[in-house]
Amino acid sequence: MKTLSTEILVIGGGAAGLSAAAEAASAGAKVMVIESDLHLGGQLVKQTHKFFGSKDEYAGTRGFKIAEILLNEIESCKDNVEIHENTTVTGFYSEDKTFTAMRGEESFFHIQAQKTIVATGAQERLIPFVNNDLPGVYGAGAVQTLMNVYGVIPGKRVLMVGAGNIGLIVSYQLMQAGVEVAAIVEAAPRIGGYWVHAAKVRRMGVPILLGHSIKRAVGDRTITGAYITGLNEKFEPVGEETFVDCDVICIAVGLSPTTEILSQAGCKMMYVPQLCGLVARRDMSMKTSNPDFFTAGDASGIEEASAAMVEGRIAGLSAASSLGYLTEHGKLDEYWSRLQSLRSGEAGARICQGIECVLVNGWEDGRNG
Amino acid sequence: MVEKQGPGGGSGTVELIGEHPILDFQRGEKVLFFFDGKEMEGYEGEPIAMALHANGVRVYRETEKEHRPRGFFCAIGKCSSCFMVVDGVPNVRTCITPLKPGMQVETQHGNGSVPDGKD
Ligand SMILES: Cc1cc2nc3c(=O)[nH]c(=O)nc-3n(C[C@H](O)[C@H](O)[C@H](O)COP(=O)(O)OP(=O)(O)OC[C@H]3O[C@@H](n4cnc5c(N)ncnc54)[C@H](O)[C@@H]3O)c2cc1C
Ligand code: FES
Repeated sequence: MKTLSTEILVIGGGAAGLSAAAEAASAGAKVMVIESDLHLGGQLVKQTHKFFGSKDEYAGTRGFKIAEILLNEIESCKDNVEIHENTTVTGFYSEDKTFTAMRGEESFFHIQAQKTIVATGAQERLIPFVNNDLPGVYGAGAVQTLMNVYGVIPGKRVLMVGAGNIGLIVSYQLMQAGVEVAAIVEAAPRIGGYWVHAAKVRRMGVPILLGHSIKRAVGDRTITGAYITGLNEKFEPVGEETFVDCDVICIAVGLSPTTEILSQAGCKMMYVPQLCGLVARRDMSMKTSNPDFFTAGDASGIEEASAAMVEGRIAGLSAASSLGYLTEHGKLDEYWSRLQSLRSGEAGARICQGIECVLVNGWEDGRNG
Repeated sequence: MVEKQGPGGGSGTVELIGEHPILDFQRGEKVLFFFDGKEMEGYEGEPIAMALHANGVRVYRETEKEHRPRGFFCAIGKCSSCFMVVDGVPNVRTCITPLKPGMQVETQHGNGSVPDGKD
């Protein structure tokens, strides 16, 4: 079987991975980016709204435009970057330090790398309800892929589950695409997302039902409706069930970090609720307990694209400097101060708590990048 | 509200977004492919799952024991919900496999078996 080799392997070509690749390549390192999707950009390419965050991280710019900016940066150091799209890293075998990868669904090869940055993003969560496996129950990311990347109408009438930023933004995007949103149900007694997004969908006439959840989906072969119900303070269903006429149930109840490869590499993992799941312990350089592995972006904790890009830069910088490439003095500190300012808001307090739990003060082996 | 559906849920209507306030869709060349033997139109290079959805098809496979219908869920190749038989190969993640002209896409029943002469 063919073996490809590289100095720095970046798994995942989203906000974090592209930033890491750009940073490492501009320091002179040879970088290989592996992306399972048909195109680079990750979650960014699905976002039509203008981003929050800070100017350094392109606040006010629409998500898919930020992806274009990153791709241009990669283009400017393209001699150092090898890109494989439609290719999935399927595993890591620590015995011989080899990755297995699959191009499309049928052609396999091996990869060997001196340093690896795991920027695999996140995966959608699903909640239990009757018939939650019926076609028409779609993750919010999938709905965005359908309508914002490929221009396909997801359905006629959508029930949105979750009023965090994703649920609110995707509801708005659905209406932009001409799809009716029947209602947004949210189990918590308050809206999780930013107020501006909630105000926008409310103005457009979509009811946001707080303290409500979906009880069961209805449909023979595909979704034809759903029953929703109120919840008490213990999140138990109370009161009557209400029927909602819909052909899509969009699930926006949160994401979990994608970390299998880090586990396979023996990185010390930790369950951190504030970061939404199992993540790798890391030092300030985003290096894990396995000195050859770095982590960044949603894979290191669910946050935002802005933070994912800065973490990607830190990981790229650290991986390159651990291979002896010269990097600008003081850059790491600059990136950390950017992260701190991104995390200074209300939502950031929770993230900071989580980071405090996973962050180590350097690894004992003394091989600090 | 739901139009007449075939076995796979195909409504026979094409469900594409025309005008969009922000996005301008760059679609590939229009090509023909087959879903369970029925001719359909899609755009070359878009994921098979998206082409099917645009043709109103929602059901991509059936589970082994309970024969529960499944469509896609994550659309990023991570959940296994969208497996179908493509050109005779089972368990293809149709959400991240590009459409090619003349492709034979079939509903997958159960777990699929390895085609002859390949492994
Ligand atoms: C609706 C919505 C609205 C948002 N709004 C904002 C906002 O206003 N501001 C903001 O800052 N953030 C926002 N975000 C969050 C932001 O999009 C994400 O935090 C960010 O994109 C994370 O970047 P990432 O690179 O870590 O992950 P991703 O963008 O998910 O990229 C990971 C990539 O890795 C690939 N991959 C995974 N596993 C493998 C493998 N084994 N082999 C090869 N490739 C693999 C995936 O295909 C994917 O492309 C929003 C997100 C959503 C869903
Ligand atoms: S829909 Fe999840 S793998 Fe294709």
